[in-house]
Amino acid sequence: MKLSGVMACLLLVGMAFAGAGDGSWLRKVSEKDRARLNPLANDPDAAAAGAKVYAEHCASCHGDNAEGKMQGRHYRPNLHSRRVKEATPGQLFWMLTNGSLRNGMPSWSRFPEPERWQLVTYLKSLH
Amino acid sequence: MRCFRFRAVCRISVLSFCAGLGSWPALLQAQESYFVTYSHQMEEPGNLEIAVKSVTGAPKGGNPFVATALEFEYGVNGWWTAELYIDGQSTIHESTVFTGFRVENRIRPLLREHWINPVLYFEFEDLNAADKALLEVVGHDTREDLIPRNSRTEKEHEAELKLILSSNFKGWNVSENFIAEKNLGPFSWEFGYALGTSRPLALKASPNACNFCRENFALGAELYGGLGERHSFGLSETSHYLAPVLAWDVPHGPSIRVSPTFGLNRDSNGFLFRFMLSYEIDQFFSRLRGQP
Repeated sequence: MKLSGVMACLLLVGMAFAGAGDGSWLRKVSEKDRARLNPLANDPDAAAAGAKVYAEHCASCHGDNAEGKMQGRHYRPNLHSRRVKEATPGQLFWMLTNGSLRNGMPSWSRFPEPERWQLVTYLKSLH
Repeated sequence: MRCFRFRAVCRISVLSFCAGLGSWPALLQAQESYFVTYSHQMEEPGNLEIAVKSVTGAPKGGNPFVATALEFEYGVNGWWTAELYIDGQSTIHESTVFTGFRVENRIRPLLREHWINPVLYFEFEDLNAADKALLEVVGHDTREDLIPRNSRTEKEHEAELKLILSSNFKGWNVSENFIAEKNLGPFSWEFGYALGTSRPLALKASPNACNFCRENFALGAELYGGLGERHSFGLSETSHYLAPVLAWDVPHGPSIRVSPTFGLNRDSNGFLFRFMLSYEIDQFFSRLRGQP
């Protein structure tokens, strides 16, 4: 009885962790965060600076050209995807800030806000 | 005598720093802003960080020393980071000794970013009395602990718990650590604290590739010390240190941290100098398997 209880708990935890990369994170972004505007959207240097930050910290998982790639058994998403294209700057900023720790996307909150917005500008420039 | 001691500390510092730079290809970039304080920053999943953390000092009444902890930090997943430390030290006129190891795990219970982000920390230490790595100050640790001749006969098996609270706000990181340590023998709980704050010199990245851009540098400070034991809790009869920290992250290269450390009371060592060289290997096991 005790063992079956443990197995049931493990199964539940496994199920909770299984929702990887399905875009469900978009539903977690509050309306206020979703509507945030990129303060650097018109900064001529922002995309280039974001590309530099991307190459340093993101390319190892998402690929040099943001094309996505397999890492072991995990697929790291293609950032040219429709989901990223249709995401608002606020949603992308939310993702960079919070990550998706269960699914392997770290939180980049250690980057100052302007640097995260530079990354958002770069991601939007891919489309 | 003081002049000799200062020169000895400088010599050891420079030698150790050069030794670290000499092993550049084998060492790879850190994200820890501090030496003693932990923030809520976890290692990225699959990445392995290798770091050499050293501290050098010349305790009054003792011999100058340099103690080094070789650190391997691995991101098991987004909310769990595991670390192994291998400690050793060298004391002038005495010996160079291996002083033990530490295994630690950090777990982030809340998966989203909050105003204050807690992290739970568990560590097991198997060290001998010669250890001088000073990766934390607890109980009634004082400068007297740095004076006895190197001896590996006294073993310490300790469990350490930390509550790490950390916040990022407008480019600043502010971290607070509360430490509880228990020698697994018949000893009481010891307590300590560590506080840290740091900020990059620029909040925006520059569009051009550069090693010396301001965003690659961060300035901060740490304050840490003991809080006594279970039956003698308090700030007295223990050491306290204040330490400015300068960090330089070389793009696609190693990270370098230096920290002149000042003792704040007569139980503290007057001056210590800390330095760290670290490098992060992206997706370590994928690389081992030959995946790009």
